[in-house]
Amino acid sequence: MKTRVTIMLKSGVLDPQGRAVHHALEGLGFAGVRDVRIGKSIELDLADDVAPADIEAMCRQLLANTVIENFRIEAAEASAT
Amino acid sequence: MKAVVIVFPGSNCDRDLAVALREVNGQPPAMIWHGDSDLPKELDLIAVPGGFSYGDYLRSGAMAARSPVMRAVAAAAERGVFVLGVCNGFQVLTEAALLPGALMRNREIRFVCRDVPLTVASTRTAFTARYDAGEAITIPVAHHDGNYTADEETLDRLEGEDRVVLRYRAETNGSARAIAGIVNDRGNVMGLMPHPERRVELAHGGVDGRRLFEGLVEAFG
Repeated sequence: MKTRVTIMLKSGVLDPQGRAVHHALEGLGFAGVRDVRIGKSIELDLADDVAPADIEAMCRQLLANTVIENFRIEAAEASAT
Repeated sequence: MKAVVIVFPGSNCDRDLAVALREVNGQPPAMIWHGDSDLPKELDLIAVPGGFSYGDYLRSGAMAARSPVMRAVAAAAERGVFVLGVCNGFQVLTEAALLPGALMRNREIRFVCRDVPLTVASTRTAFTARYDAGEAITIPVAHHDGNYTADEETLDRLEGEDRVVLRYRAETNGSARAIAGIVNDRGNVMGLMPHPERRVELAHGGVDGRRLFEGLVEAFG
């Protein structure tokens, strides 16, 4: 079972990398970009009997720092390999 | 004072901390590898050094905070043993929830490596007992993730409880309320981004970091 965890900085938290990429996109001439936020995506290959509560615990205990980050857990498609 | 320095794979200020402690304390600290789950029973100070523990994988300090030795550090802190986290050590202590908040990427994104002017904001604990309140000192920083962040309520509490120990005197990395160092509620765990171990003898260009170690030695004998 492939599960994807998406981790993003909380909305109030300044994202310096996102801001720099935003400026770079503007520098390339792309108009209409209102904001850029950079996060990370973690793919877990889990045994079928791993409980959703355990995946959430993995996020809270290690994968995300909930002081500054939110996380979202979703089923991922099998990778192309 | 009985002191140890924790060493993670990727630590690179562990020897500097050990030299500073030996200089000031008269005896070298024990070096404790990250995989060890036991600390000496008789212990006054645990120093968590700067560097790039575990290559900064996932987040700075995140992996180190979950290593076996950190469970022992947390238990020791709970017993009242003093814990000092410098730079990456500060990041490790926040990731381990021994200190509140988080250290994010510097606001201007650049790695900052230079002497910074600081104010000693609190002299309440042994960490800064040898400084004067409000004293201006200069200690170098060298970090990419030193932007101290916490919610407003936490920041208010830190200030209200006199737990902000060091502040930047000039904009350095975007830290909330110019926070460069804090202590926990009991005052026995301190984290700071500047490197006091790099200012303990005149050959370093100044000795403004030395009194931090002297204050601890004085407290523990």
